[in-house]
Amino acid sequence: MNVKLLKLLAKNARYSINELAVMLGIDEQTVENEINEMENNGLIKGYKGVIDWEKLDTGAVSAIIELKVSPQADHGFEEIAKRVMTYKEVESVYLMSGGYDLCVVVRGKSFQQVAMFVAKELSTIDAVNSTATHFILRRYKELDIALCDGDYDDRGSISL
Amino acid sequence: MIDYGKILNSKVTDIKPSGIRKFFDIAEQMKDVVSLGVGEPDFPTPWHIRSEAIKALEKGRTRYTSNQGLLKMREEIAALTKRKYNLSYNPQTEILVSIGGSEAIDGVIRAVVSAGDEVIIPQPSYVCYEPITVLAGGTPVIIETKAENEFRITPEELKKAITPKTKLLILPYPCNPTGAIMRKCDLEAIAEVLKDTNILILSDEIYSELTFGTEKHVSIAEIDGMWERTVVVNGFSKAYSMTGWRLGYAMGPEEIIKQVTKIHQFSIMCAPTISQYAAVEALINGDDDIAEMREEYDMRRRIIVDGFNKLGLTCREPLGAFYAFPSIESTGLSSDEFCEKLLYSKGVAIVPGTAFGKGGEGFVRASYCYSIDHIKIALERIGEFLKELK
Repeated sequence: MNVKLLKLLAKNARYSINELAVMLGIDEQTVENEINEMENNGLIKGYKGVIDWEKLDTGAVSAIIELKVSPQADHGFEEIAKRVMTYKEVESVYLMSGGYDLCVVVRGKSFQQVAMFVAKELSTIDAVNSTATHFILRRYKELDIALCDGDYDDRGSISL
Repeated sequence: MIDYGKILNSKVTDIKPSGIRKFFDIAEQMKDVVSLGVGEPDFPTPWHIRSEAIKALEKGRTRYTSNQGLLKMREEIAALTKRKYNLSYNPQTEILVSIGGSEAIDGVIRAVVSAGDEVIIPQPSYVCYEPITVLAGGTPVIIETKAENEFRITPEELKKAITPKTKLLILPYPCNPTGAIMRKCDLEAIAEVLKDTNILILSDEIYSELTFGTEKHVSIAEIDGMWERTVVVNGFSKAYSMTGWRLGYAMGPEEIIKQVTKIHQFSIMCAPTISQYAAVEALINGDDDIAEMREEYDMRRRIIVDGFNKLGLTCREPLGAFYAFPSIESTGLSSDEFCEKLLYSKGVAIVPGTAFGKGGEGFVRASYCYSIDHIKIALERIGEFLKELK
């Protein structure tokens, strides 16, 4: 396992094998082998783009749904989490500490669609006691990447 | 009417403004410049350090400190210097907090150099040593370090440069612009030359924390017999990304620091108070920030060095600071021509090696204080430029 390599991939999965090799001071074959190995053993789960969908103006929305659930005998929260994650609308599912149990990130074509998904699908699951839906209005930063105009370089072009 | 010519000090008016000033102005006015030109970190100062400055402001810590700087700060400087370089300085008498490393350099040179004294300055190096020496009435004696020696000074070069008038040797390592460092064995060879002389060393170690590869920074003050003849200058700008805070320090024998403090006391009073409170936090809790930034610089360093070499511009591996110093000799252009043409045709700003002394001819300085993506774009444009040259 190469933690430095993982950090680089987490930062930018599109670095070429050559660039990774140069940055890490190892040869390309080694980088390739290490990535393959980490993909195979499930340490690297996948690679995705960070996209500012708002720019497309499709009307699509995301919401964070707080679920309070009754844990199942034997399985605790596991079973219910696995049930929830099967929906294609569900982007992420997390088990939480604090005021509620499962945090579910849902993405849909419209406010209406997400609301109906929660009402018809999530709330009707037996173990789900209550839901609270929070729509995301604007994304400022996602996975370390600023989606709004961030800081700018005020250093000028040249200094000695 | 007043005759300014008679008013102004000729030592000052005789200092030529840098020959590349015009080039700078053009770069600043051009749009869409992809620069590899600046000598300062792109990272913002770590938040916990900024936060201490805000607290200091809120508490109204807005008055002068002692001339030498907050005692707490000097104690932490001593502690850091001990733990990193195993060097001991008494915070009461052997450390002076200055306005950036620059003021400490100015103070030490002024405290030491009288009319006619010679100061040995290796070049290519940062641009301040020569004019400050001249202003102090001294005579700069330049050692042009060589690419084949990895821009280190050799004992032979040093011996040749020493005369009975030599007072001071400037040791600017890790070096801006060459990225050269002096390893322990290199320093020992220099120490051997100096040990029976009465020459003081001003060791400008502002880039000490940015030393890469397997090497760790070694100060010449660590070498046997050198502590007593060395003033170490360091600061916060490069290591902690704190350029605008203007904070540095000088460490050395009490006899020297006492005199430098006098100059500082009358011309400066004290370094900025709020900056000093922030610096205390940096000294106590900043080691991880340095390590993190160094790792990032290291990746960039490898990318840029590899990039230049792939483009056919031979670039040694710089082991310190944050600059690559590739040779542009293969293009047949002078450093100035290369940089000017590159700026005009591709909007890439880099600095001709000659800005740092005549010995920089045939080289250019490219800073890697930029994101990997930025560096890649700049390299691509330089590649296009080189193709069009052919």
